[in-house]
Amino acid sequence: MDVLTPRTLDEALRLKAERPDAVPIQGGTDVMVELNFDRARPSALLNLSEVAELRGWSRENGTIRLGAALTYTEAMEMPLADALPALAEASRTVGGPQIRNRGTVGGNLGTASPAGDALPPLLIGDAVVELASLRGERAVPVAAFLTGPRQNALADGELIVGVRVRAADGPQTFMKVGPRNAMVISVVSLALTVDHDGAEIRAAFGSAGPVVGLVTAPLAELDGFPERVSAAASPIDDVRGSAAYRRHSLRVLTERALERCLQ
Amino acid sequence: MLAVRVELTVNGERHEADVWAGESLLYVLRERLGLPGSKNACEQGECGSCSVLLDGKLVCACLVLAAQADGHELVTVEGLGQDGGLHAVQDAFTETGAVQCGFCTPGLIVATADLLARNPSPSDDEIREALSGNLCRCTGYAKIFDAVRLAAGS
Ligand SMILES: Cc1cc2nc3c(=O)[nH]c(=O)nc-3n(C[C@H](O)[C@H](O)[C@H](O)COP(=O)(O)OP(=O)(O)OC[C@H]3O[C@@H](n4cnc5c(N)ncnc54)[C@H](O)[C@@H]3O)c2cc1C
Ligand code: FES
Ligand code: FES
Repeated sequence: MDVLTPRTLDEALRLKAERPDAVPIQGGTDVMVELNFDRARPSALLNLSEVAELRGWSRENGTIRLGAALTYTEAMEMPLADALPALAEASRTVGGPQIRNRGTVGGNLGTASPAGDALPPLLIGDAVVELASLRGERAVPVAAFLTGPRQNALADGELIVGVRVRAADGPQTFMKVGPRNAMVISVVSLALTVDHDGAEIRAAFGSAGPVVGLVTAPLAELDGFPERVSAAASPIDDVRGSAAYRRHSLRVLTERALERCLQ
Repeated sequence: MLAVRVELTVNGERHEADVWAGESLLYVLRERLGLPGSKNACEQGECGSCSVLLDGKLVCACLVLAAQADGHELVTVEGLGQDGGLHAVQDAFTETGAVQCGFCTPGLIVATADLLARNPSPSDDEIREALSGNLCRCTGYAKIFDAVRLAAGS
């Protein structure tokens, strides 16, 4: 096994083109568990933690651009937490402080778990994932990027560079059901926003289907909305909860999230 | 095969080590640098017993690739006290009896020191939140809370 440590994005893309087998590692909170437990033995690791271009965030008019290496701790800080409140709330529920200091939004997209807590907040904000390779750049809507449980649309030689999200223009919230207040994989999760311009409700659920899912409706159709979110999910029975419990929880979470956002 | 040479500053001292490419920072600290204060329990980020400060940020050493720490600064539990004395948080843990088997203690001490450096008088909820990534199987946490409150007051 080799470790490749590029210092710039250009160098990272060159190394990834030369060694398509190299597994990117950013915060390492998913990759290291695989390595420590002998579940993965990649021929090379591409250590992205020295690539400054992947860090931080910026704002252009109503759009927020998050670098792939943005940590959950950073997403919880002002003023970013004000621009993307559901992402900030979701970030507060991730792991404990040690995990939030290392885990990143780019890594959550890379892992593409249906339980990824950054993903529902990105979905309600019409997020677009920025990908780059030596061939050039492309922008893929997050719903198209997430192709299945733990599967994404990254092509050979490609890296996630960042993600563009619409800044909140109405109230947003995030809720997660789990056995404890910290360090839990969600049994089910929900991000919801009431978009004041379009007077539209947008909700995205996690852990209730092979990928996170988005449900939208005009504000006028508020009444049946919790039922619609619950019906849109395709949950399974597993160790964390039954499909029926997940559907029920989603309906309850949607009711509560609407209450919170519309009060 | 030890393919990677890393250079780390640990508790103010520079160290070099040849490591396996997939090796964790925790392994380097314990097995190569002779700093066994950071404990190895779960190796999956769940227990916090390996907590260290990497460039001033609280992290689980078991989830940092050794090569990612190359050129960076670390503080482990061994480096918290100054001039041969214990850190105020360490004193508070011994005084309140917050230590039983002691396995979780180094991680909790580093996490508490990190909390108090950022927030010198935390509320109980803030303590709970800051220590939520550290597990203790012995104490039931009550005396750990006493220790954190005592250290905050000192
Ligand atoms: C104790 C613990 C608790 C956790 N709790 C939660 C939780 O509550 N909610 C949650 O959602 N997750 C949780 N996780 C999982 C993990 O922290 C998140 O998925 C995190 O976002 C991963 O980010 P990372 O930077 O650490 O990723 P890494 O481990 O570095 O990488 C993850 C994946 O993404 C790929 N990747 C990373 N960066 C790039 C890039 N720039 N381009 C292409 N591919 C890339 C990697 O190759 C890998 O496949 C937890 C993990 C642990 C250990
Ligand atoms: S050993 Fe690192 S968190 Fe448990
Ligand atoms: S004192 Fe034994 S685990 Fe905490």
